[in-house]
Amino acid sequence: MAHIDRRPGIRPRQSLGRWLDVTARTCFPAAITILLMLLSQAPLGIPEQVALLPAIALGSVWFWSVFRPDAMPPLVVFGIGLLVDLLGYLPLGVMTFTLLAEHGLALAMRRGLSRRGFAWIWVVFAGVAAAASLVIWLLVMVLTLRLLLPWPALFIGVVTVAIFPVLAVPFGGAHRSIANPDHA
Amino acid sequence: MIRLSIQARQALARLTLPVLIVVSFGVMLLGKADTLLAERARIALADGLVPIYAVLSSPLSQIQASITETATLWTMREENARLRDENEKLRRWQSIALALDAENQRLKASLQWIPDADASYVTARVVADAGGAYAKAVLLSVGPNHGVRKGEIAVDERGLIGRITEVGSRTARVLLITDLNSRIPVIMETSRAHAILVGTNGTRPRLQYWPEGIVPKEGERIVTSAEANAFPANLPIGTVHYTASGAADVEPAALLQKLEVVRIFDYGLNGVVPPERPTPGRH
Repeated sequence: MAHIDRRPGIRPRQSLGRWLDVTARTCFPAAITILLMLLSQAPLGIPEQVALLPAIALGSVWFWSVFRPDAMPPLVVFGIGLLVDLLGYLPLGVMTFTLLAEHGLALAMRRGLSRRGFAWIWVVFAGVAAAASLVIWLLVMVLTLRLLLPWPALFIGVVTVAIFPVLAVPFGGAHRSIANPDHA
Repeated sequence: MIRLSIQARQALARLTLPVLIVVSFGVMLLGKADTLLAERARIALADGLVPIYAVLSSPLSQIQASITETATLWTMREENARLRDENEKLRRWQSIALALDAENQRLKASLQWIPDADASYVTARVVADAGGAYAKAVLLSVGPNHGVRKGEIAVDERGLIGRITEVGSRTARVLLITDLNSRIPVIMETSRAHAILVGTNGTRPRLQYWPEGIVPKEGERIVTSAEANAFPANLPIGTVHYTASGAADVEPAALLQKLEVVRIFDYGLNGVVPPERPTPGRH
């Protein structure tokens, strides 16, 4: 099969500098997610700060999976999930599974979502966060073989929904500028 | 690199997500089968990150201190009056304590009492919250050549906070008494009855398994028991506080929400070896 040029037109020359630029832009979503996750573990002195880590991961994976899934491939989502499990002292695999499921859901819904406004995306995300906190609660119970109160998981869901605009607005700016490989 | 047709590559790309979801179930099983693996990975990660958090913690605590200082300026007058009252009260208590201490020494001397060995301790800074949604713990920065071992006892200026459960090359993790996995043998101070203090993940651990015929009183002091050789006797933990539903909770004396500096005591006890693991995987 012949190579089909999807974007005809004049292109800049392929050089090392350009390659680095494109790579940096492609890596931005994953890098900023991991950086924010690590920062959320710093001693900020916020009460119930532990809920920030899964909230940032859920919000960030949702945003980039909807708007730029090429920069948030499943393998990166898996890595982020494993990091949340390790840093957040959850049983291994809980957030890994939750984030992968969220990623799959975002891929399935992104065609419809990207055409709608921010409020709509937020509302759908609220449903996803509620489902995620339910999954976290159930998985932790299954993996620890204990009955646990749902409140900590529910609290994660609430924090996730609450901080989503704080993440999404700067991410939206980045999505149009520094995270866009077409601007290289 | 192997050259694949576009269809094959697309099929592979579509397969990645389901395969990774299956792998994540594998990770759950692995974490269940080998809890030591996760523990090692976590402490290695903490060892790598702690220098960064240690650098961040001093400007952050300065910012917090300045915020609280401005807040206290408003209430300084009332605070001063309250402190003067409290000081009066404490002075009276101090004289009673000194008299009791002297009497205690005299009685011990006449009884040929074998004195408890003095415990050695080190002081460490709390650099991060090492808990999660279902775990309560803090991470201490202990420096590269520390002598901190698992099972040692962490205390703040007011009371017991927990035990060391994991030790890395420059970090130590303290499982707080509020953690779900925490079980501490305790004594109620007035009735001298034994009980177990069980962590619930809430702010107050719960008192359980006290002997029949004894009821913990509201406000009664709870101290550690030397039973099981895991704790020294008589370390203050907190006071009994009944919940609305009638459960006997213990209000910790230690400020578990704002730990900054803790002392780690080595009493040379090894009654419970290895100490409880912090992950919720243990039961």
